[in-house]
Formats: sequence, C-alpha cells, structure tokens
Amino acid sequence: MRAIQATIGVVGLMAAGLLYSPTAIAENPVKIGVILPYSGVYASLGGEITQGMELGFATYLNGAAEIELITEDSEVKPNVGLSKAKKLVFQDEVDLLVGPVASNVANALRDFVHSQEIPLIIPNAGNNLLTGERCSRWVLRTSFSNGQITRGMGPWLMEHGYDTVYLIAADYAAGHQMMDAFRETYTAAGGSVVGEAFPPLRDTKDFGPFFAQIKAIAPKAVFAFFAGGQAIQFVKQYDQFGLKESVKLTGAGWLTSPLYVHAQGTAAEGILGILNYVPGIDSPENHAFQAAYQAEYGRVASEFAVQGYDTARLIVEALKITGGDASDRGALVDAMHAVSFVGPRGLLRIDPLTNNIIQDIHVFETMAGAEGTELHVVDTLPAMQDARNGCTL
Amino acid sequence: MLSDPTFLAIQVLNGLQLASLLFLLSVGLSVVFGLMNFINLAHGTLYMLGAYIGLSLVRWTGSYWIAFAIAPLCVAAIGAVFHVVLLRRMQAASPMRQVLVTFGLIYVGLDSVRYFWGDYSHGFDAPDSLSGMVHLFGESYPAYRLFVIALGLGVLLVLYLALEKTRLGAVVRAGVDDSETASAIGLNVSGAFFLVFCLGCALAGLAGVVAAPVISIYPGMGISILISALIVVVVGGPGSLAGAAFGALLVGMVETFGQVLAPSYASMVLYGLMALVLVVRPAGLFPARARR
Repeated sequence: MRAIQATIGVVGLMAAGLLYSPTAIAENPVKIGVILPYSGVYASLGGEITQGMELGFATYLNGAAEIELITEDSEVKPNVGLSKAKKLVFQDEVDLLVGPVASNVANALRDFVHSQEIPLIIPNAGNNLLTGERCSRWVLRTSFSNGQITRGMGPWLMEHGYDTVYLIAADYAAGHQMMDAFRETYTAAGGSVVGEAFPPLRDTKDFGPFFAQIKAIAPKAVFAFFAGGQAIQFVKQYDQFGLKESVKLTGAGWLTSPLYVHAQGTAAEGILGILNYVPGIDSPENHAFQAAYQAEYGRVASEFAVQGYDTARLIVEALKITGGDASDRGALVDAMHAVSFVGPRGLLRIDPLTNNIIQDIHVFETMAGAEGTELHVVDTLPAMQDARNGCTL
Repeated sequence: MLSDPTFLAIQVLNGLQLASLLFLLSVGLSVVFGLMNFINLAHGTLYMLGAYIGLSLVRWTGSYWIAFAIAPLCVAAIGAVFHVVLLRRMQAASPMRQVLVTFGLIYVGLDSVRYFWGDYSHGFDAPDSLSGMVHLFGESYPAYRLFVIALGLGVLLVLYLALEKTRLGAVVRAGVDDSETASAIGLNVSGAFFLVFCLGCALAGLAGVVAAPVISIYPGMGISILISALIVVVVGGPGSLAGAAFGALLVGMVETFGQVLAPSYASMVLYGLMALVLVVRPAGLFPARARR
C-alpha cells in the first residue's frame, strides 16, 4: 500500500519566503494527522484539499505555532482509513486529525476518535448524521452537511417560477440526503415534485433513459446531484438531448465544479447551481485567496481547495487562542468554537450545537466567459445553520 | 409510459446506442476468448487507453476525426506489443495465470493513465457536424448517438464480410474449428490470430474514442464497462460474431429499459439473464462451435 508522507514544518514556511519569529515557537510542534484519499476515485479531491490546507497554513500561521503535517492515504476505504487513523494516533501521537473526503470513511473514523477523544476536522464528507444523530464533541466539520447545501434551493426555485421539478441523484446516502432536504423545503413552499430517479452511483454510463422520461413528463426544472465523472456525463448528455432549451437544469453545484467544468464545454452553460463556494464570489477575501492559489498551483481553486484552506485557518486561529498548545484537546475544541472569521466563502464559524459549520450558501449560474464557462453568483443565502437533527451536544 | 410511442422510440434508440458501444468493445474480447481460448481481462483497459489517447489527439490537433482515425491504431499497436512481450507466452498457461496476468495489467493501465493524464475527469466534444439533433418519430434525438448506432452496424457488416468472404476469415474459421488440423495443412493460424487480436484491440480503442463525447473519461472507466462486456460475451457465446452482436443488443436493451422501468432491479435482471443463459445454454446463445 502506498503511503505518502509529507512533513511540513516551519522550515517549509521559511522556504516559501515567509517570516516567522522564533520566540513564539512552543517546545513541541503540534502534530496534525491528515487522512485523505491520494489514490482511488477521489484522489483529485484529496490533492485539492491538501493544497488548500498548505496554502492556508502558509498564509495564516506566521509563527503562531509550530506544526507538523503527517499525511496518509485513505484509499477511500473505511477499513484503510481507520487503520491509518490508529497509526497516526498511536504511533505518530498526533494532536488532531483532518479528514476524510468520503462519508463512509468518516463513519468508520467517528467512533474511534470519539472514544479516543481526538479532535477530527472533516474537510469534505457531508453525511448529515455526522453532525446530527451521530455527532460527537470531537468531530467538527468545516465543509458542509448534505442537507445544508440543497435546503435553500427549494424556496429559491419557487420564487423564480419553477413550480414543477424532476429530481435525479446518484443512488447513495449523499444523493438521498440532498434530495430529501430539497424536497422538504420545495414542497413546503408549494412546489410539486413530478418525478424522481436514483441511478446507481458510478455504474450509470448512459442517462438517456432518464432523459426520455423527463421529456415525457416535461417539468419546469430538473434538480440534480452528481459529482465527478458522472457530473460530466450528465451535463453533456443533458445538452446533447436538447433538454436545456425546454427544461431548466439546476442542482447541487458539483454538477459544474471548477475541477471539471472545462471538460463539459459549452454544455455547462446556463445551469443553476447551489453550493457553499463558487470561484466567482466577489469579496476581497476571495480575490486574495484565488490570486494566491493560482500563483501557487496554476489553476482556479475549487470548493475542495477552499475547504482545506479554511480548515487550516480554523486550526491556526484556535491555536492562537490556546497559545500554540494542543495538548489540552478539550480546550482546543472549545477554542475552535470561539473562532469566527471571514474566509473566501464568507463569514464562518463552527456551530457548538452540532459541530457543523455555519456558512453562506451561494446560488450561481454558469455562463460563457473569456476563458471557458464561468460561475456567476446570483444570490447568497446568509448564515445557513443546520437544525440539531438529533444531536445532543 | 410504455404506451407513449415517442418515449418507447427514444428508449429503443438509447438501447441501440449502448448496444453498439458494447458490441465494439466485446467483439474483440469475444474473439480472443473464443478463438484463442484466452481470457483478456485487460480489454477494458484498451478501451480506456483509446479514450485517453483520443483526448490527447483532440487537444493536440483540435480534430475529432483525427482522434477517431489514429487512436484505434495506437491502441492496436499497444495491444500488439503486449501480445508479443507478454500474452503470447501466457497462451499455453493455465487460465488462472492468464486471469492473474491480465488482471495485473488492469492496474498497470490504471496507474499509467493516472500518471500521464492525472486523476481528474476529462471529456471532449462530438464534432460540430454531429453535435445537433435529428428529428424522427416526431421527436428529436442527438445526431451523435445515431452516428454511434450506424458505426456499430457498419463494423458488424464489415466484420461479417471479412469473416465469410476473405481468405483471412477462412483461416480464422478453420482455426476455430480445429486449430491443429488447420496448421497441419499449412495455414498460418497463429499469424491470423495475432491479426485478429490486434483488430480486437483497435475496436476496443475505437469504442473508447466513440464513447468519450457521450460519457466522461476517467481512470476507472475501463473497469466499470468490463463487467458489461463480459456479460455480453457469456450471454452471446464466446468466439462468435453473431453472439457478440446479439449479446450486446440484449444487454443494451435490458440495461436501458431496466434503469427506468425497474431501477432497483436493473442489475439483478442483467445478472439473472446471464445466470439463466449459463444454465440453459452454457455455451451461450450463439456458440462459435457445436462441439468442444
């Protein structure tokens, strides 16, 4: 098995040309174990989050603490992720963990970190239960919950005249949770769901059969959730079938993620999305972040990179409160609850009631731009906060 | 929904389109499996390579048709190298060793693709001439998909004529019936099989290029379609052209209609179909040989 070990300390920050003051350094570096996929279907997401985190530490650390990152490949397998977490905690004796990308791996880590009382910061996995019924004092999330992303779109579509909708999503927990949250607010706002389909995750090669059904039903809009290769297929085939002219395509924003929107070509234009981050957000914080990321890595930063970046900043801000000390883990988690900052996404803080992030959610539309498809923010739903959903923190 | 004729017509076309892709992919697999008695699990990898090489050619030249013409040749060349270096030695080996070697090649192919093209998903567009819609049955249908269907039918026709009317086809048919006797009367059976193997690789590469504008290009694409292709081979009967064609048609239709009419049971129906064929006609619906 391939294990990637990268150690980034203050030395790396010096190499990056940043100043630091040696007097502020604590005796022992804060060890952060990172469990992300560096192989398998989500390898690109693991890479984006890691790069975002490295940029976040380089930008905000400024000698506030000495940190050491130890990265491990989760391979998107729950058993591998868990054994890597045990290795990081028992052998490397890390102070906190960051990861993973996939919710099945997150579920496997949850009980372990809960019993070991090791803070785990989730920079992607969106399963509602992780900050709902299965929440833990030790599991914090800087990315999103599945319901948090799509909940705002129900009333928004109704306000804009889309009163009949067809739901289609990949058949796994994330797909169902996103559709459930949307359906609830959409029908409450008076909309009617006229059809729905859950094609198998990753197995579906051809969406044509569903498009024939959508054509026959003729709803005002389609609300979809697909990501990665499936999103590329879905968006391209939707366009090839000529559905874009008659039925508005809307969905959770991963349909047209900056990671692959270029691969979708003109098929990606004119789609309404909803997501926690869009590269086109017009704020000084976002402009500064995108400029720094593009200078470092030569491409537009995706929502995944932002989640890594904000995770790093949350850790740094919390360490500033504790004086660069992570030995008291309860104090570190309390410090994270006390942190609030404006990042590229907008104002962020961790909800002490659920440990999920409270953040702005952005509605955007894709349009043809000078360098391919651009994502333009058309509306921002501020400070979206999850209900407790059975969490008793 | 089934009473709606336009829905039915579009669904049949969708089924034909999928069948056409599966046919291109599985005909090579079937021939190698049936004629050479060789199980090449890495066949899906050749399909993936076809798509990725096509991607690079489209980026490099800007032309879909250059990719369409060149990528299958590149894949055939890669297949030829593998045949000479590795597979030829494995031909006499036990099936288990063949499976293990070609299974290993899947992972070599996967990591090679990740090394050269990265983890990200890619895609390229259909040529402008085929990007529009065609109106038929009172409905509009993507022109590119009709092109895929026509291509599958065209390849089937050419292969049929080549097998029945040419000397190479006669050698192949003789070799299938009785390889030793055919060799004994002076036919170059192994040479003919080598050509057939390369042709199968080229068709897998062609399937990759043709599929790319419809589906996306990603490192695992060869693995996910391999299962469908294996079902086509098993259901149709290894080594037979008619088997590959009918198997592809059956699997394409079952997958297409199953997804919409009974989404929870779609894959069960497919595997059930395979199990049924294996029980009733273990040699497949259109076996290449009556005896073995």
